[in-house]
Amino acid sequence: MIEYQNIFNQVQVQGQPEWGMDDDGTLAAERGFAPRFNKLVGWVGNAQLGPIHLGWTGVVSLVSFILALNIVGMNMLAQVNYSIPEFLRQGFWLALEPPGPEHGLSIPPLNDGGWFIIASFFLLVSVMTWLARTWILAANHKMGKHIFWAFASAIWLMLVLNLFRPILMGSWSEAVPYGIFPHLDWTTAFSIRYGNLYYNPFHCLSIVFLYGSTLLFAMHGATILAVTRYGGDRELEQIVDRGTATERAALFWRWTMGFNATMEGIHRWAWWFAVLTPITGGIGILLTGTVVDNWFIWAQEHNFAPAYDGSYGYEAYGSYEAFIGKEE
Amino acid sequence: MFPKWFGEWNRRNPKNIYAPAIFVGAVGGAVFVAAALITLGQPFSTESLQTGTRGTGMSITEFDSDRVVPDPDIAELIEDPPFPIETDDPLASDIYENVQVLGDLTESNFNRLMAAMTRWVAPEEGCAYCHGDGDIETYGEDTLYTKVVSRRMIEMTQNINENWDGHVNANGQVGVTCMTCHRGQNVPSDIWFKLTPVNERVAGWAAVQNRATPLSSFTSLPSDALQAYLVDGETIGVHDLESRVAGIPGEDGYPGIQHAERTYALMNYIANSLGVNCVFCHNSRAFYDGAEVTPQWGTETLGISMVQELNNDYLIPLKDTYPPERLGPVHQDAPKAACRTCHKGYQQPLQGTNVIKDWPELATTGTPDYGN
Repeated sequence: MIEYQNIFNQVQVQGQPEWGMDDDGTLAAERGFAPRFNKLVGWVGNAQLGPIHLGWTGVVSLVSFILALNIVGMNMLAQVNYSIPEFLRQGFWLALEPPGPEHGLSIPPLNDGGWFIIASFFLLVSVMTWLARTWILAANHKMGKHIFWAFASAIWLMLVLNLFRPILMGSWSEAVPYGIFPHLDWTTAFSIRYGNLYYNPFHCLSIVFLYGSTLLFAMHGATILAVTRYGGDRELEQIVDRGTATERAALFWRWTMGFNATMEGIHRWAWWFAVLTPITGGIGILLTGTVVDNWFIWAQEHNFAPAYDGSYGYEAYGSYEAFIGKEE
Repeated sequence: MFPKWFGEWNRRNPKNIYAPAIFVGAVGGAVFVAAALITLGQPFSTESLQTGTRGTGMSITEFDSDRVVPDPDIAELIEDPPFPIETDDPLASDIYENVQVLGDLTESNFNRLMAAMTRWVAPEEGCAYCHGDGDIETYGEDTLYTKVVSRRMIEMTQNINENWDGHVNANGQVGVTCMTCHRGQNVPSDIWFKLTPVNERVAGWAAVQNRATPLSSFTSLPSDALQAYLVDGETIGVHDLESRVAGIPGEDGYPGIQHAERTYALMNYIANSLGVNCVFCHNSRAFYDGAEVTPQWGTETLGISMVQELNNDYLIPLKDTYPPERLGPVHQDAPKAACRTCHKGYQQPLQGTNVIKDWPELATTGTPDYGN
């Protein structure tokens, strides 16, 4: 195997654990877990595991997430009469469901959505403290807050789904259930109920940014790996001191499609595509049922969806007898 | 095993045999697969039935291996034409006691139908399944529940053939007989009972969904769709017919996500029962749009109304007639019918075979038409 074509890291640095900086002398106090090295982890990332900075945000976030997860799991277990085999067998089917429509925005009974509200509350606390963590730790490291804003965009979509939109609709029953198949049922039913979500332009945008993100990620990763032999993986150095790796990567794309990003700009492309996926998706969900109730009709009214010209095409319907070979 | 010179020669002449071996193996394998596909045929070849305007993706696809194999039950059908009617033929009601439904049949045609019903419903038990082990004189008695149920089922069959012609004979004369559902079994396959609640310790919508049950077609969709739509007659459609319709889910009939999931459960059940997909009846870009549905949508809508009538007027009222072992496992309810009870996974039951042509007695609630 040629080394630079390997999908795993070829170089692992192991030695004295790296403890990181502690400018104001308080960070190390909240750092836990003695650092150690793991060769397996080193194949795909930094071989050093830990230490981790927990802080109050980390503790609150972890505890509330574990509570939320266990509330969901125990509710599923209760639904199969606390039978572990049945829980494993039906695991993908089971869910913690939101309250029924008859409860509106009131506090429902525990066995009809009450636990769902409690689990959602702890999940909210968990992600919000984790969001605070991304801000605080970035500030500690004198970093930009790009990760904070990117995570906030994902939380925006989550809050639209299970907080903002249900409140605007006047019923918690519109929230997404916590379950493997049931949340997919919700997704399908949501599209069908509101007249085909594919005709929601914000859904279109979200798909563009989602698929675009994966495409950009693949293009960027492939380009950098391809010029690693010229030092292209040292992207920061290439940004301030452009070398042959950057020249070749740029030329490749410019000659291939007439345009190329820069060593710096490609990361703005990737960040914005990724961040815009949940932002546009959240806008689309928030408008559904609150501003638009049938996206297909809305799309026709706005000349966004075409209407068939002339007759529908009944004559095109095939014959069943011919289909099963009972007719010559 | 090999002579000494062979090993020495190989050591002196190292040769990479793996690259050519892989190459020859790959090319040879490809040739073998190509030759097998050409001579033996593509085992996963499919055929599509077009269901709408070309270019819109409206089609139903089946594997050829399923498509061209006839429904094995078709072979069980037997030609049994009616006896010609003479004016002085005695009527069944003149000869036998207590003939409430088929009394105006001639004796010969009456016995012909009785024999056929035995083949269709109780081939192993014979006449005794309904008439008991007594002598022929006791055949008029209504002592067995099977006989009482059969009488109602004959009325149901006549009603289907006469009044639901628009569903049953939409694509040409096919009709239904006892065989359409029973297929030689005392109790037809694919009947259904009420199952909900399926989950414990929860109330509301959480109690009726998220379990793999036959009634949810083993999805996590609600298991009460057949009860809600094919017995209770709740509104199936969940769409708004304007781009903006204000409302709060659950109030004033404004459907919520849960209603949409239950409708989806019914639609999924129907599609599985007929071996088709959504675009058999709907244009999937606008499920609700009456201007874009296919001709089958009309047939299917009649079918839903038909099943509602069969369940509410014929099957559910028989609850007290059945012995306990024939009732549902959860709610001790009467067995009920739905699409799959007749269709058994085919677009048309028995693939559109005309089963009524020999049975004018079952085709009408009035006087049978023997063509004379």
